[in-house]
Amino acid sequence: MTRTAYTGVPRWLYVLAVLAALVIVLPLLAIVSRVNWGNFLPLVTSESAVTALGLSLRTSAASTVLCIVLGVPLALVLARGRFPLLGLLRSLVLLPLVLPPVVGGIALLYTFGRQGLLGGTLDVLGFQVAFSTTAVVLAQTFVALPFLVVSLEGALRTGGQKYEAVAATLGAPPGVVFRRVTLPLMLPGLASGAVLSFARSLGEFGATLTFAGSLQGVTRTLPLEIYLQRETDPDAAVALSLVLVAVAVAVVALAYRRPRSVARQASGERTTAAAPAGGNVP
Amino acid sequence: MRRQAGVVLGALVLAAGVLAAGLAGCSGGSAAPGSSTGGAGGSLTVFAAASLKSSFTELAGMFEARHPGTDVTLSFAGSSDLATQISQGAPADVFASADTRNMDKLRNAGLLDGDPRVFATNTLAIAVPPGNPARIISFADLSRAGTRLVTCAVQVPCGAAAAAVAEQQGADLDPVSEENSVTDVLGKVVSGEADAGLVYTTDIRSAGDKVESVPFPEAAGMVNSYPVAAMAGGNTAAARAFVDLVAGPEGRQVLERAGFGAGTP
Repeated sequence: MTRTAYTGVPRWLYVLAVLAALVIVLPLLAIVSRVNWGNFLPLVTSESAVTALGLSLRTSAASTVLCIVLGVPLALVLARGRFPLLGLLRSLVLLPLVLPPVVGGIALLYTFGRQGLLGGTLDVLGFQVAFSTTAVVLAQTFVALPFLVVSLEGALRTGGQKYEAVAATLGAPPGVVFRRVTLPLMLPGLASGAVLSFARSLGEFGATLTFAGSLQGVTRTLPLEIYLQRETDPDAAVALSLVLVAVAVAVVALAYRRPRSVARQASGERTTAAAPAGGNVP
Repeated sequence: MRRQAGVVLGALVLAAGVLAAGLAGCSGGSAAPGSSTGGAGGSLTVFAAASLKSSFTELAGMFEARHPGTDVTLSFAGSSDLATQISQGAPADVFASADTRNMDKLRNAGLLDGDPRVFATNTLAIAVPPGNPARIISFADLSRAGTRLVTCAVQVPCGAAAAAVAEQQGADLDPVSEENSVTDVLGKVVSGEADAGLVYTTDIRSAGDKVESVPFPEAAGMVNSYPVAAMAGGNTAAARAFVDLVAGPEGRQVLERAGFGAGTP
């Protein structure tokens, strides 16, 4: 920070900024202060905790893959497509970011549930989604997909299309342009989007509880385990919360280290559209 | 760069606003502990288990009519949530729990005014979706292979009761989901996701025709008691009067209509 550019931030704003930071940091410190360190290891390595963490990591990985497979085409269409109602489509895609997760769960229930829109069809095909790990992955994908789409679309827009245009004028067919130019250019944005989707999936709680249920090893992810432990063993709930906070800190640090180098490389102001992982972890 | 500064400024102003609102909320809350600001007869804050919602709403109306100037504020949630809130300083004058364990927590912490009184009981019931698609006709059917049974987790009162009945009967329940609250179990039955759910008699009553019940005589051996108590340091005069109403004959009448069994006066 050797630049002494005019920042225009009056001093009193710093006071409020510190307060704002405290709003977020203080509760996290409160968790740390409540941890029963003597029992920390046994608490976080109990059978149910390890099972829940394993399930959380597996389902979050699966939903991140699903987000990438579905989110990349969607982000490309949103960033590059030209058709009526594009704006409406974008708003709809962003909805899970602002919907209460329990609403998402109810919506999923009436889509994939036994008596839902697709439930009968799935039943005929031999799929039973409710109460299965698949339901957890679906719930996580539903809430995490917008994170990937938003950050990727932002990256695509700021990147512009000049390189693609050049490649096309040099005679590259669209498929080659996509593979050789578009895809490499969007990789950093894709990486940060994927990390955020993973984090959001890891924290998913409300939709899972409403839609998938809660059974050890099948649908009880770490947030659900924390919620349940709180009933009888607050110490265990606090210890597991700290584990999730640590994972979230690592993930967010990972996601925000990258875009900066992208921004410099792509030049020009880049407003990172990606919001931090939505926190509905109990 | 300038745009970024604008964004930061906006965020800070917003954060400050949120903080100010939060602080205002806090100070409003901390003025209240132990009760009674405003109103001639003061205010009465009642924390009650979620299953008591309709009964206590009716009883609170009755109480207000009888004690003009007293405002009754009701807060419904899971008993363990409420007990945690009270032990963390939430301003409750009366606590009605769906189990004795959470009441004992507060009693051991010395937060009660006198002894709790058991004013109602609840028994488990088998709820099935309308039409009973899986044709469940007895408790034994719940352990039939392929039955999608949903229960509460053993950590919460309804799950503990379900586990106790299963043990009494030597049944091996294999639920597809163990929920955190009885309302979540009921939700899975109402939506038709589950073939059957173990809930309370009162839940079936309040769900109306959204669920059907299956006879469950085995549950009679596993009765859940609901204790109520006035909290120490609150609006104790009004709180004791409210407890008397709940545990008295009128309370009994209202609770019976909701499907609760009699307490032990």
